[in-house]
Amino acid sequence: MKDASRLKRVLEAGEFAVTAECGPPKGADPDVVLQKAEKLKGYVDAVNVTDNQTAIVRMSSLAACALLKDAGLDPVLQMVVRDRNRIALQSDILGASALGIRNVLCLSGDHQCFGNQPQAAGVFDLDSIQFVEVVRNMRDGGVILGGETLAVPPDLFIGAAANPFGDPLAFRAVRLGKKIRAGADFIQTQCIYNLERFEAWLAMARDRGFTERACILGGVTPLKSPGMARYMKNKVSGMDIPDALIKRMEGVPKEKQRDEGIKICVETIERLRDISDVRGVHIMAIEWEEAVADIVEGAGLFPRPDTDQA
Amino acid sequence: MITAEQKPIDEIREMIAPYRRILVVGCGSCVAECAAGGQKETAMLASTLRMAAKMHGEEVLIEEMTLDRQCVKEFVLLLDDVIDTYDAVLSLGCGAGVQSVADMYPEVPVIPGLNTEFMGETKDQGYWTESCLGCGDCMLYYFGGVCPLARCSKHLLNGPCGGSMDGRCEVDPDIPCAWQLIIDRLEKLGALERLEMIYPPKDWSLKQGRGPRKIIREDQQK
Repeated sequence: MKDASRLKRVLEAGEFAVTAECGPPKGADPDVVLQKAEKLKGYVDAVNVTDNQTAIVRMSSLAACALLKDAGLDPVLQMVVRDRNRIALQSDILGASALGIRNVLCLSGDHQCFGNQPQAAGVFDLDSIQFVEVVRNMRDGGVILGGETLAVPPDLFIGAAANPFGDPLAFRAVRLGKKIRAGADFIQTQCIYNLERFEAWLAMARDRGFTERACILGGVTPLKSPGMARYMKNKVSGMDIPDALIKRMEGVPKEKQRDEGIKICVETIERLRDISDVRGVHIMAIEWEEAVADIVEGAGLFPRPDTDQA
Repeated sequence: MITAEQKPIDEIREMIAPYRRILVVGCGSCVAECAAGGQKETAMLASTLRMAAKMHGEEVLIEEMTLDRQCVKEFVLLLDDVIDTYDAVLSLGCGAGVQSVADMYPEVPVIPGLNTEFMGETKDQGYWTESCLGCGDCMLYYFGGVCPLARCSKHLLNGPCGGSMDGRCEVDPDIPCAWQLIIDRLEKLGALERLEMIYPPKDWSLKQGRGPRKIIREDQQK
């Protein structure tokens, strides 16, 4: 039991799950990862480790997950299909399971043109939905693509991402359904600032029975400043930040803006907890891991449940 | 059609620098349609190169000739009568045209004057877009006549990704989101149910699984 995914145990126990994010460093220093881990330990059930996010070369997600695992956290291995073909992806799935990593989040990945290697070939051999299905078949069927059997299948809790704010809205629920049918056990969403739109999306998912089949964790990101809010709204595609929120951030003095960002984040979590089909929250405090403890405590989600007893 | 664009003049001049007698060979097919290597462009480039040579005091002979199709052997053979006059060919064919000339005349240096771009369509005057990757297993039926492999920046068969906003691609707002186009088309065709299907991983062996591809049709052979 102790070997299983903590995230899975928390969700199966019916608790409101808390996950956070840890971006690996642009360098080979393991201490950077371990320092981030120290800030998150005890406050979250699992920690997502991003995979060369925004197509910028960083320490590998798999290696950073292994470091987090050793430090006593439950890592969620983020894997993008941008950089690896189906041979490499399946190989890394087996390797991750062998290292005791128990959660994977299957993603398309930001396009290589956004990062620091714009001349790289984008692989995209599988898409994220196909990748979810491949991992599910490896785990449940003990087979790789093409049907060959595995001596020991990987043991992984499978996640996928959803963006309730991308267009077109009606198709967003269809795509969520495809991810769940492909085998996603849990879904982490894009950062939620526009709760009305999120609820409209969730209602579509609920009507189609998707929320019973996978655990939806709402994504939140604390804002550091009105500038950050404007940047995300204008420059990050698939991001929906209402103007009222930007005004609210502008309305507080500079030295209080980070506190306000945390306050907004806590309020969002409180509203998400009132929605029955939201099973947890995914806190993406970008290069601001110390905010996670404040947010989790502020939202009354500390201490985390002791699932070893469960 | 195969689209192409002319290389920068400096790059071309550098490649032809060692040669004194150069034949610029255009192609009257695809690259003429995209105004890169047809008769007109071939004449213009040859003239530009002659002027540049003159300005730099270089003693060179630069002449031009345009074949109907530079990638078809029977047309390339027309070079037989003239090729001995020159010590290099500057080809304004696509990559296939360049290689077909090089293959025919192994002792003659054949220099590419174009950068070959993609298989695409002429949308408007001076406007061409990529529409086919030549995957070897056409799936356009399923996607309402819009190819997600060629037209989605991430080649998603189960798109769109989270970056589709207002029908535009996250990579560049000038690019329409292929998946928005697919959804719109399937809606008009009353075939939205095709979006519910999970399309399996693409079989790339048909494109690159056994090295360079060839087609052999015995019924077409004598």
